[in-house]
Amino acid sequence: MAHRLLAFAAILLLALTLGAPRPAPAQSGPIKIGLLSPLSGAASAIGKDMQNGTELYLDEIGRQAAGRKIELIVEDTEGVTATAVTKARKLVDQDHIHLLTGGLLASTGYALHPYVDSVKIPTTYPVMSSDDLTQRKPARWVVRLGWNSSQSTHAFGEWVAKNLKYKKIATVGFDYAFGWETIGGFQRTFEENGGQIIQKIWTPLNTTDFSPFIAQIRRDADAVFVVFFGRGSLQFVKQYADSGLKAKIPLLGNGTTTDESVLPQMGDEALGVYTTLHYSAVLDNPANKRFAKAFEAKAGKAPSYYAETCYTNARWIVEAIKAIGGKVEDREAFLAAIKKVEPKDFPRGPVAIDRWGNPVQNVYIRKVERVGGQLQNTVVFTYPQVSQFWKYNPEEFLKMPVYARDYPPCKHC
Amino acid sequence: MILRRGLLAAVVIAALALLAPALPAYPLTLLTQALIFGIMAMSLDVLLGYTGLPSLGQAAYFGAAAYAVALLATEGQVGLAGCAVAGIALATVTAAVFGVIAIRAVGTYFLMITLALGMIVWGLAFRWVSLTKGDNGVSGVPRPELGALNLTPPLPFFYFALTVAALVWLLLGLLVSSPFGLGLKGIRGSESRMRALGYNVWLHKYVAFVISGAFAGVAGVLWAYYNGFVGPTDVQLVTSVETLLMVALGGPGTLVGPAVGAAVIVFLKNFVSVYTKRWLLILGAVYIGVILFAPQGLVGAMRGRRR
Amino acid sequence: MSTEFWITQSFNGISYGALLFLLASGLSLIFGVMRIVNMAHGSYFMLGGYVGLTVALRTRSFALALLAGTVAIALVGIGMERLFLRRLRGQELGQVLMTIGFALIFQDLALLIWGGDPYNLPVPAALTGALRVGASVFPIYRIFIVAVAVAVGVGLWLLLDRTQAGAMIRAAVDDAEMAQGVGINVPRVSLAVFALGAALAALGGVIGAGFLGVYPGADFEVLPYAFVVVIVGGLGSLPGAMAGSLLVGLLDNFGKALFPELSYFTLFAPMALILAIRPTGLFGRA
Repeated sequence: MAHRLLAFAAILLLALTLGAPRPAPAQSGPIKIGLLSPLSGAASAIGKDMQNGTELYLDEIGRQAAGRKIELIVEDTEGVTATAVTKARKLVDQDHIHLLTGGLLASTGYALHPYVDSVKIPTTYPVMSSDDLTQRKPARWVVRLGWNSSQSTHAFGEWVAKNLKYKKIATVGFDYAFGWETIGGFQRTFEENGGQIIQKIWTPLNTTDFSPFIAQIRRDADAVFVVFFGRGSLQFVKQYADSGLKAKIPLLGNGTTTDESVLPQMGDEALGVYTTLHYSAVLDNPANKRFAKAFEAKAGKAPSYYAETCYTNARWIVEAIKAIGGKVEDREAFLAAIKKVEPKDFPRGPVAIDRWGNPVQNVYIRKVERVGGQLQNTVVFTYPQVSQFWKYNPEEFLKMPVYARDYPPCKHC
Repeated sequence: MILRRGLLAAVVIAALALLAPALPAYPLTLLTQALIFGIMAMSLDVLLGYTGLPSLGQAAYFGAAAYAVALLATEGQVGLAGCAVAGIALATVTAAVFGVIAIRAVGTYFLMITLALGMIVWGLAFRWVSLTKGDNGVSGVPRPELGALNLTPPLPFFYFALTVAALVWLLLGLLVSSPFGLGLKGIRGSESRMRALGYNVWLHKYVAFVISGAFAGVAGVLWAYYNGFVGPTDVQLVTSVETLLMVALGGPGTLVGPAVGAAVIVFLKNFVSVYTKRWLLILGAVYIGVILFAPQGLVGAMRGRRR
Repeated sequence: MSTEFWITQSFNGISYGALLFLLASGLSLIFGVMRIVNMAHGSYFMLGGYVGLTVALRTRSFALALLAGTVAIALVGIGMERLFLRRLRGQELGQVLMTIGFALIFQDLALLIWGGDPYNLPVPAALTGALRVGASVFPIYRIFIVAVAVAVGVGLWLLLDRTQAGAMIRAAVDDAEMAQGVGINVPRVSLAVFALGAALAALGGVIGAGFLGVYPGADFEVLPYAFVVVIVGGLGSLPGAMAGSLLVGLLDNFGKALFPELSYFTLFAPMALILAIRPTGLFGRA
């Protein structure tokens, strides 16, 4: 009896030691890139766009650079931060990746950064937009190639106040960092331009039934500004239209609410919604036209911003690999190269990286229209080269706390 | 027999300690996880295996301790000793409060009430955003310093977890072989008989409940430091269900069985998922197989016990 | 808070409670007869939704989807009871643990067959849109859910109260040993009740898929709610399930609207307290 237990334990340990993969040999093996993507769960459509965008670029270059093959290892985060952290560990410790990328939730962005800095692995965030990562809590080993949460909504707040002339707006958004920061930026500029935020409603991330929250929206609001993504966008926009409110209180959204990852599954309920983002699938420049066509051929749908940002991200990483002659084992050199890359002609327009490691890029105001039988985000206005600090002085901006649930405080609630 | 089991356990622990430096980082971190969940499974075994009370809410005490550690370490800059004490204290207090509500129920009702209590803690973790940061979770929990030893690299932390696990096993082992522990086994057999013999059954069950919660808290403290991140998923129903599975798989009432069950499940989750995405299916099937053909669990079967 | 707010929230609570009733009535009956807690009940809900989805997409018929989902999952329930649960007759804990094992298998099977994307079940045009009464808006689909729940409730009550089969079920709930003693085939009654419970859960799943969607994780998300209803109402009691679902639906909606930080607390704390004070629930018997 005792022998059996001992034997069992011994076999287990032996299996571990033998079964564990050996560290990859340096220099001649493939370059391994780990991609964290929410392939199942509420954000699965986003996850697929992220994977397709990355693979589109890598396939375009034949999955190799600087004489070495590139191996992409994709891990499903299920749209849950705890899982993302676990999978990141697995990619670094077991698969011995040379670079970590991907991730969706702002909370994942904050959670990964101490880990990434402690294991010193070059990391790029094409999607995760947590404001503070390039403001008050920078991570040395992370380069942000996507955007930050409040970047586009700073512009939107001003635009809505000046052009749509709404005075009182209620907000509804996911109750976590991304929702807080996106709405925070909007509130700041909207109120600076004469508007008032009269209500802030927060919903849990896993909400499917938004009716308790829709019922709370103040009926004296001129419009409602919402922040959702994935399944939440689908359900909210549909239930908002079903409730009959949409005709009386127009719907405004951040970019992910009508992003092309969910737009194909929406119907007429999405028409006429104004949103803001640094991308739209119908942007009229040669790089985007080429990219959109290739993506449509690969994935059978229009590219979302998630696809574009991962495509650009892959290109950026490959440029860095080429710059150091493929010697990605030298992590410091790899990181430095990523920070120094200056490619041009992105599908989303011109991009420059600011001193804090965040992109400076165009912000587009879009409107959902049906063109040629399909819904699209038509661009109605462009704010050129917007930074993460909008028009504020960076030093002054950084002295204030990061946008949170109660910051800026809701003075008119 | 206790001496023989003790010797066997000592051998296993020594083997792990000696083999550890030879292992690559990833299996080492998995072993650390197995140890942490082993502690949690052992804590549940006190309740389920020895007292016969099936709890579906063990994650509540685990999570309470983990959150306490995470919040104190990141916002309060509190060190290891302070965080550990606070975490275990919170888990114990939670168990003490919940125990008063739960202990009156038996069997299926006990299962449901512990489920509800676990959901309360989850609901608070999830929605009391100003305290627990909600869905964002609490990140950036630094690995502690143990004197001059920094526990950040995997190997020192593994030894730390191994030491704690061994201590827990020792303490719980002493508990279940003591007269108190024998009383628990009697209660599992028949409450009315024990009452007739003059035992204070309610008190026995209550103390077992609180101790079980306290040790789940120990696992929670380790988890917060190991993962560096604590979120509502650590307190959800699925976590409690998995703990129950670990105990049932390994063998309820054997103390070391649940630890083995925890190791099996941790490795299934992480290793099997490399080769197939269907690890949950395999786990469910293995589990049903064990229930049908070896209801005493793996270790229970090895020991040839009758339930 | 305006009157419109109270009316709308109450209606939302009632319609959500109606959906819960479909789910919880089956769970309550299963416990009443077999004394086991079916941890795979949420899986029946989810699988019913998925099967209904596939049928609805292929045949464009909502009615067929309802039928297919209900029948398919009833068969699954029969299989589970007959081939697996029956072997552990008398071992309550073992049966509960086995249903957990099945819940895991079902979760993974669903992921394998339908993938990780969330879907909305297409509903017939007749059920879309809303009814306007004054300033309040009542979506027609939600009225439909309430109607179905009422119909099912009446049907179940008639079954239990007016038919011989119902009498047998009630006898088995009251005292299985005595029922067997007077010649009632209790195993067959158990099987029938289990199938009925599974079918009801699946019906709830198909209908729920029309406004909540169907997605991975729906099983464990909805299971605690079913438990709360059954606990509060009383295991084995049909009026209990009705009262419980109404109460839970309203508590959940108002909790989320009025006390967002405590929204789950307002749901589960009463459950725990009721269990502590009156373990058999509001309407149940021991």
